[in-house]
Amino acid sequence: MLKIFETLGNHTLYYLNQAGRMGIFLGGSVIAFFMPPYKIWPMVRQLQFIGARSMFVILFTGAFTGMVLGLQGYYTLRKFGSESVLGSAVALSLIRELGPVLTALMVIGRAGSAICAEIGIMRNSEQIDALECMAIDPYKYLMVPKFVACVISLPLLTFLFDLVGIFGGYLIGVKLLGVNEGAYFESMKSSVVWADIEMGLIKSLVFGVLVFWINSAKGYYLHLERAGGFGAEGVSRTTTSAVVLSSVSVLVWDYLISAIKL
Amino acid sequence: MTEKTDDHVAIELIDVEKSFGRQTVLKKINLKIHEGKTTVIVGASGQGKSVILKHMLGLVKPDAGRVLVFDQELGRLNRNELKKIRTQFGVLFQNAALFDSLTVYDNVALPLRERTKMHEEEIRSNVMEKLGLMDLQAAEKKFPAQISGGMQKRVGLARALIMNPKIVFFDEPTTGLDAHKSNEIYRLFFRTQNQLKYTAVIVSHDVPKIFKLSDFVALLAEGVIQGCMTPEEFQLSEHPLITQFVEETMGPIYSSEKDEEGFYAKA
Repeated sequence: MLKIFETLGNHTLYYLNQAGRMGIFLGGSVIAFFMPPYKIWPMVRQLQFIGARSMFVILFTGAFTGMVLGLQGYYTLRKFGSESVLGSAVALSLIRELGPVLTALMVIGRAGSAICAEIGIMRNSEQIDALECMAIDPYKYLMVPKFVACVISLPLLTFLFDLVGIFGGYLIGVKLLGVNEGAYFESMKSSVVWADIEMGLIKSLVFGVLVFWINSAKGYYLHLERAGGFGAEGVSRTTTSAVVLSSVSVLVWDYLISAIKL
Repeated sequence: MTEKTDDHVAIELIDVEKSFGRQTVLKKINLKIHEGKTTVIVGASGQGKSVILKHMLGLVKPDAGRVLVFDQELGRLNRNELKKIRTQFGVLFQNAALFDSLTVYDNVALPLRERTKMHEEEIRSNVMEKLGLMDLQAAEKKFPAQISGGMQKRVGLARALIMNPKIVFFDEPTTGLDAHKSNEIYRLFFRTQNQLKYTAVIVSHDVPKIFKLSDFVALLAEGVIQGCMTPEEFQLSEHPLITQFVEETMGPIYSSEKDEEGFYAKA
């Protein structure tokens, strides 16, 4: 009986600890962002890695998501004889939900895991300690460029995703299934309002912070992982848990933001 | 314990205690590091020598006790003050801790790039000078994984010295190197310290070689510094743990004058 309480207490303490250091980590990154010196070049390089290099995967997933929305939407809407609002259905689901969420998930898979592994390995081989001993702030040197790159590139990638998705829906709906072209775009124009775009933008910004935050912090605190952050296996285990945690958080926050905004 | 009152104290540990989980590593550490001198901390493996070093670097906080660096208590400093103190540090880590995704050149240049406003040409001449001192110009464009362990240590040393630090910490500078390579590291150490006059703190178990380089030797055993004295006093000490350590590591006869005489004069 006592053992149950002990385990429960240990778990609670561990998660409280983790929550605390995650908070400290985000605070530290934000503070470091505002501290001089401001170096552009490292940010550009991270933007290239996290943003530009994710473009292909985003184009691809965006196109197919739009296409499948066009396909499914068409057959559902046809039952009610309202194929003409297909454009609105595709655009709204992309801009409000699927665009930000799927973009974030793709970036987590491609760049988030890389961020966590990179920082985790640096932690494991004392490279982060070495930075600190050289009086180089690891937040400033390692985190800020990634932070900025995530927050800038996620909205842009989401925008790209939406655009390509709408075009994919157009290809299937209009070109393949014969929905009226004018109706496709007209329904879109009349139903998508600024609030929808704003919601998508807010989501993608929040997801940008989440992707950076969870993956970097997991790597940075690798040595404090309960399962042990030692060696190659420690890095792989932590990267896995970072990817899972950040993906789940993206979905949870997606719901929360939708619930608040609607 | 021998005290030289005319010396300035660079680092002082007062009653430092540290446990990891249920394991007590440091029981009560009292140690003074004198400015401009070389202090070697010796002791069997796993006694917590590196932990002492990490306390001096401010990477680990003591459970109890105080760590003073240039009369400032590390535990009471905020991030920026700690950073300021660390600008005077140079550290050679046990595994060199080079940035493995940067080239040798970039590794050594990093502190200059991040902490000074030097132009790239100035940085280049500084870095190449240090690399030259370590006989590493040829490896400039290689990555740490492409060079040998001894070379990595030399790169680490070049990086530690690039900002002309006041205190340089060496965590097992020669572990894992053969006799020839470790002599080379010692020669480099001797030469650079003569040139730059830094305070050195060395953690090592390369006894007796390390004695010749040191001004003070401190033995860590059973979680306590058993004595900090000159190498000569250390070897003649009657403290049971020190005698035991000396006998275990270098045999009962004091012989370091005879072997390799004039070795460091070559440097």
